[in-house]
Amino acid sequence: MTKKSTTVNRRSFIKSVGIAGGGLLIGFNWLACKRSEEVAVADAALEMPDEWFELNGYLKIGDNGVVTIYSPNPEIGQNVKTSMPMMVAEELDVDWNNVIVEQAPLNTELYSRQLAGGSQSIRQGWEPLRRAGATARYMLLEAAAKQLEVPVEDLSVEDGVISHSGSDKTISYGEIAKAAAEIEIPEEDKVVLKSKNDFKIIGSSRKNVDAKKIVTGQPLFGLDTYKEGMLTAMIVHPPKFGMEFKSMDAEKVKEMPGIKDVFTIDTYPEDTQKQWSDVSAFSKLVVVLGESTWQVMQAKKALEVEWDLNPELTKKIEILEKSAGMGEVSGLESSATHTSLMADVGSKKAKAIRKDGDPEAAFKNAARVIERSYTCPFLAHNCMEPMNFFANVTADKAELLGPIQTPEYAEKTIQSRLGLDLENIDIQMTRMGGGFGRRLYGNFLVEAAVISQKAGAPVKLVYSREDDMTDGVYRPAYHVKYRAALDANNKITAFHVNAGGIKESPLFANRFPAGAIDNYLAESWTVDSNISIGAFRAPRSNFIAGAEQSFLDELAEEIGQDPIQFRLDLLKKAKENPVGENNDYDAARFAGVLEMVRDKSGWKKDDQNLNRGISAYYCHNSYVAQILDLRVKNNEPIIDKVVCAVDCGIVVNPDAAKNMVEGGTIDGIGHALYSKISFEDGMPQQSNYDTYRLIRHKEAPKSIEIYFAENGIDPTGLGEPPFPPVIGALANALYKATGKRFYDQPYISGLQGDLKT
Amino acid sequence: MAKFNLNINGEDKTVDVDPSTPLLWVLRDHLNLVGTKYGCGIAQCGACTVHFNGSAVRSCQLPVSSLEGSKIKTIEGLSENGDHPVQQAWLEIDVPQCGYCQAGQIMSASALLESNPNPSDEEIENAMNGNICRCGTYSRIKAAIKAASKSQVA
Repeated sequence: MTKKSTTVNRRSFIKSVGIAGGGLLIGFNWLACKRSEEVAVADAALEMPDEWFELNGYLKIGDNGVVTIYSPNPEIGQNVKTSMPMMVAEELDVDWNNVIVEQAPLNTELYSRQLAGGSQSIRQGWEPLRRAGATARYMLLEAAAKQLEVPVEDLSVEDGVISHSGSDKTISYGEIAKAAAEIEIPEEDKVVLKSKNDFKIIGSSRKNVDAKKIVTGQPLFGLDTYKEGMLTAMIVHPPKFGMEFKSMDAEKVKEMPGIKDVFTIDTYPEDTQKQWSDVSAFSKLVVVLGESTWQVMQAKKALEVEWDLNPELTKKIEILEKSAGMGEVSGLESSATHTSLMADVGSKKAKAIRKDGDPEAAFKNAARVIERSYTCPFLAHNCMEPMNFFANVTADKAELLGPIQTPEYAEKTIQSRLGLDLENIDIQMTRMGGGFGRRLYGNFLVEAAVISQKAGAPVKLVYSREDDMTDGVYRPAYHVKYRAALDANNKITAFHVNAGGIKESPLFANRFPAGAIDNYLAESWTVDSNISIGAFRAPRSNFIAGAEQSFLDELAEEIGQDPIQFRLDLLKKAKENPVGENNDYDAARFAGVLEMVRDKSGWKKDDQNLNRGISAYYCHNSYVAQILDLRVKNNEPIIDKVVCAVDCGIVVNPDAAKNMVEGGTIDGIGHALYSKISFEDGMPQQSNYDTYRLIRHKEAPKSIEIYFAENGIDPTGLGEPPFPPVIGALANALYKATGKRFYDQPYISGLQGDLKT
Repeated sequence: MAKFNLNINGEDKTVDVDPSTPLLWVLRDHLNLVGTKYGCGIAQCGACTVHFNGSAVRSCQLPVSSLEGSKIKTIEGLSENGDHPVQQAWLEIDVPQCGYCQAGQIMSASALLESNPNPSDEEIENAMNGNICRCGTYSRIKAAIKAASKSQVA
């Protein structure tokens, strides 16, 4: 084995793929002979090659034809670790059974947007991933043409074997990989991507590449990290939002078995250059460090810490509240106050974000105005794998390993916080036991690094479930008021949405039904708080979709129209004669999923036999419509069936996509029905699954049917889009079952009491 | 600290730990068996499910001092080659999303089929209700248990 050097930094390759043809020489066998520990295909019996040849940052080919494809983005359960490499393999033209998938480390020079968020991995990877595969294929063919001494035009590939059309000559990828690695990287315009009609891997179901490891309990997750000399660290944060550390008596605890040290850290001192992802309500923390998790948990319980009101925080909020005119929020906040405050602020005029026509006049002249308000509580993300991270920080280097959705931002924070150069910070991503937005905010990573630095030892930081659930970064509490003006003929003449929350507004001003109504007003407000918030699966949509779709359902009923036809009529107007210019949806695709779900579900107007709710929503560039059937028994809903129609363009991995839609549907139903975080005097009232209710087996829909639009459009998001609309379908079906409208989440609270079964 | 003799996946092991240490942390921190997951620590989520003399139990609530003389099976010992009918059904149906809760789900499912090889939908729901999946793979879990049941019965 020889290692050939190159004068060009090969890390710049992918940028050249993404931006312009590089013409770079690449030609050394990176990681040659390294035995892969990450064999991830279902067939783990693949023989490892003697030598690997890296053709670009996304893949390497072994001398026996085995191909390793690096999956660049974090895996949080959305299955990109399978579907992103599928896109590379498609254009490379290899046998998927010969592919090993490995998680790529953070490498901002090689890859763009190594982030799990916004349902964007597939959409934004669509071009660069296929181009990486196609570029490697081009180089393999060029090398084969040279070796066989035939024109490259006469060569074709199937499953990693190159054939010559004019003879029976063949050459496998494994045989030509070494030569291909020395071929000049082609200019971008020389590499032609496949026609969609020629796809063999994209559009065919491939199983989760980590499934075998998952079902046999092999280490995969951050929490499974155990390294030589590693200590376990846990944190103690203030029990209430609005408090801070005052003092502690740690001497006895330090004497407990296995306990190495107890100290405080300041995660984000003032001079830290924070990224958007550095959200934390509690910067100053107590740390307990020990040999094993149980010992540290016991020490944590025995530790006596005194906390104080955080005067800075209280003062800051009072100033903000006064200046924003949003009423008072005390240093220690309670849900009852939040609810009345939001109702109060939400009843007032707020900042207009979009206005079409003359809504004030239309409301003034209306024959009838229908007004309804909707609310939802804070939610904790509840990834089943609690927050954790491994850190080994030495004087000149930081090694970080664990579950993080935003490694690129975390690296910058670590650079500032620890004063290290970027090249001395190594962040490796583990498979994540759920993300849902929580792991966008890497405070636990920074905490682990600071603890390791202070302890002078490799450390795994572990959050208990209680730490995880009471640490903040919650889905905000929201409030929205809708008003519709009707004329004497029951025609909608104006629509008004006034939306806000603590401390973010859920409003999407340019989303349907904007564009479908002549006189339209969208207003937005926020109320400040010392409770930290963050993105939660389908941020903002996860509330506003259910509210809006409930309101439209009630409007359709008031007008005496079928709720699907009512929406289709509005969409027809938005398509043929749209109001305004910034409407963010495609009315035809939107109508398409409504028509599809109506047809597939056998929807009948005024069906008295079923309690059916309909909903449709657009977010993360995709369209989802759902029809949900339920019964209510003993004050608990039994959901018999959900039919889903989805337009996310080309479906890369159909069975995995169905899994995602099933999961999003169940997750949406569960959170709207059962979940909440509430507060009394700053203290979260739920801290584990005995008090925080998540949906369970019995409560899941008995059947979920899923249909995808087939339109050949480039793929869009899927991790989030099925979640928001089903909440509206649920609320509307609950109304059918009980005769009562549901305005406040979690709906189970409204179900306890007067119902028909 | 005290020494405890355990039988885990058919092998005898000795650990020297505090008697109150739950089996979960003995497995993970002391025996390098990390397939059994920590989720809640209060027997509410099922991520830590193992077989205790053949029954599905939450290992976060089993102190090591109560285990002498009993047989413990973890996900790593469910089958030699990952080919237990339940594991095979999980692969065939491609159940996991994030995958974190699945070892616990599989241990609950395999204990259920051991005692009731042909469970009804309701029996499946009851037996599995203690295992939370935040990703929402419940439909597939049920389908996989039915598939495993069929393959065992056949």
